[in-house]
Amino acid sequence: MPELTPTTYAVTREALVAYAEASGDPNPIHQDPEVARSVGLPDVIAHGMFTLALAARYVDEQLGEPGRIAELGAKFTKPVVVPESGTEVEIEGTWRDERTIALRVTCAGESVLGNPVAVLRA
Amino acid sequence: MAVDASLAGRTFPPTPAYDVTERSVSDFAAATGTPYSPGDPAPATFPIVVAFAAMQSLMKDPNVGIQLHNVVHGQQKFVHERPVAVGDRLTATLTVSGLRQIAGTDIITTSSAITDDSGALVCTAEATLVHKAGA
Repeated sequence: MPELTPTTYAVTREALVAYAEASGDPNPIHQDPEVARSVGLPDVIAHGMFTLALAARYVDEQLGEPGRIAELGAKFTKPVVVPESGTEVEIEGTWRDERTIALRVTCAGESVLGNPVAVLRA
Repeated sequence: MAVDASLAGRTFPPTPAYDVTERSVSDFAAATGTPYSPGDPAPATFPIVVAFAAMQSLMKDPNVGIQLHNVVHGQQKFVHERPVAVGDRLTATLTVSGLRQIAGTDIITTSSAITDDSGALVCTAEATLVHKAGA
């Protein structure tokens, strides 16, 4: 089992726009600060699925090959707020057993995903 | 208004077939900086593209009673039988696996079976939608 290295990912508004197009989720709270504020959010927030995709990216990168993830899931517990200047998400994985990686996904020191876990193919 | 309590257990019609292309996978990977080269399997969360279409048909069904702007994605899980690959033709069939109504909030759990054109299961996408029913 390879050692897992904590990794920091930049999150930009441009990436959210690209993700909205690629995923087919055009909800404006992920793109337009005025709409986000009108529903009580402090600013634009990342799609929960954007953050979960980053968790999948982390696992792919740490293992050095794609397609190993058999199961991946999490609760979306706290929004990742993305100001004009962007933000960062930190991801750290721990081997729970030889096929299971427990993840910790944080933004500004606070956990944003609940119980994110990846189970690998046998 | 809360959603119709008879929603639990209901299965929605399959989504139109979605053709997985090199372009759709590489754009999805690029948006999150995920390493991807032609021929690689699609990223693990890529099936959300198909599952999301199924969730949209649930949320937009006027008989269900969901107000789209009151819905938050609470939880998501993917269970892959195999990785999605370019050339797959995928369809999602969503079933409402559970419905709980707590203090004006509907907690709707869904399970979308994502199948290929042979009918084989490729991935199960489980989503929890939190619907604040409002006044």
